[in-house]
Amino acid sequence: MIFEDEPVPGYPLPILPGHTSPGRFERVLRAGQFAVTSELAPPDSADPEEVYRRARIFDGCVDAINATDGSGANCHMSSLAVCALLTRVGYAPVMQISCRDRNRIAIQGDILGGAAMGVCNLLCLTGDGVQAGDHPQALPVFDLDSLTLLQTARTLRDEHHFLSGRKISCSPRVLLGAAENPFAHPTEFRAQRLVKKIAAGAQFIQTQFCYDLPLLRAFMRQVEDLGALDSVFILVGLGPLRSAKAAEWIRTHVPGVHIPDAVIKRLAGAADGALEGRRLCTDMIQEIRTIKGVHGVHLMAYRQEEAVADIIARSGVLNGRVPWYPGRDSPTN
Amino acid sequence: MYALRQWSVRHARGMNAFYRGFESALIALHPLWQRIGYARLERPVAAVEKSVKGLLFDCRMCGQCILSSTGMSCPMNCPKNLRNGPCGGVRANGHCEVRPEMKCVWLDAVAGSARIPGGAEALATVQVAVDRRLQGSSSWLRVVRERRGDTP
Repeated sequence: MIFEDEPVPGYPLPILPGHTSPGRFERVLRAGQFAVTSELAPPDSADPEEVYRRARIFDGCVDAINATDGSGANCHMSSLAVCALLTRVGYAPVMQISCRDRNRIAIQGDILGGAAMGVCNLLCLTGDGVQAGDHPQALPVFDLDSLTLLQTARTLRDEHHFLSGRKISCSPRVLLGAAENPFAHPTEFRAQRLVKKIAAGAQFIQTQFCYDLPLLRAFMRQVEDLGALDSVFILVGLGPLRSAKAAEWIRTHVPGVHIPDAVIKRLAGAADGALEGRRLCTDMIQEIRTIKGVHGVHLMAYRQEEAVADIIARSGVLNGRVPWYPGRDSPTN
Repeated sequence: MYALRQWSVRHARGMNAFYRGFESALIALHPLWQRIGYARLERPVAAVEKSVKGLLFDCRMCGQCILSSTGMSCPMNCPKNLRNGPCGGVRANGHCEVRPEMKCVWLDAVAGSARIPGGAEALATVQVAVDRRLQGSSSWLRVVRERRGDTP
């Protein structure tokens, strides 16, 4: 979609009434479009071209690109730097902030810095424990948690001061997001936790990988019962599984990822596991888009990023819409 | 002690009722504490608090106790110090992502809160960021001074 008040694509847009950010992602959500986001795995490199190469994979199929912050507690280029590179050419990144590696002083500085670089969306996360990654000997910080991080970001944005009370002359105009895992214990508390996150400032939610539709539906019903369905944009997390074996490995080794037996059976019964994984993903999107209160999908296709465009195209969720990317509207295209 | 910690969660209702009475007594004795001097009381009271709550809850002496809002399951035992609910990494068996041998403290917190009158509402309250300066100080004395308008 093209916004007529977007003179130079990629430059901050005017903030519309009721909006909190000058970003295109918020525009898409508030316009009632079914949004698509994906995740960029930051490179183990200082080469900016690596970042652009990874971003280009998503051209024309996503509304925003998440830049992970040391996901799985593994060391990569920082999310702030990835976002700064992405905004330079006009992409709409979602800057992920984890509480694992930085205290409240560093985090508040990064929020201001990110906003100064054109970041319009933050995803406030607690973060994986250091034991999960390649530096298990590191100090886990966890000075804040995801909720107090949301509160902190909202304080910077809406109250124009740091947690210390010291004034900020220009507040970060950002859309605040959080994660939720409807599929992890205690499932009866997950919807309530989501409501807590909304109370702390969350405006959009990207969920953990969903492979269990009945559980997702139950969760969404609980959110509705708590009267929170209209106060947040929920994007359901999805990802293509490579094979039954990979799925089995993920569910035993990656905490928080719940994969039902039926999914593994479907993959095991297919001639081409990877293809079936993508089909499963497409099928799930088509089911998910009909669930009340779901505003989009968040595709996490680690090492299968090139599959995202195909999955989205086959699902038909964009309805002919081409999300903006650098060069989309240039005459040579 | 892990077994005792689990026992305390199972008896969250009684624990909470006892603490309410204990807190009222402490608050009522404010004039006495003032006469002795809060500064002088801090170390011995903190030592008692540490041993009692350490035994019953594996208390970490964060100095800003919220046990009544977390079903008597101390959230500082969470390796990520989560005071607002469980992370997304809880294992299929309900155990902790970081310490697989330990049950998620938030599973206990949800169960314990159901046993405390008003526990569900307390669980829904958003807890603010921890003040790390209070680490090791007495939460009991802090509560008394706050309730009596005597800012520490």
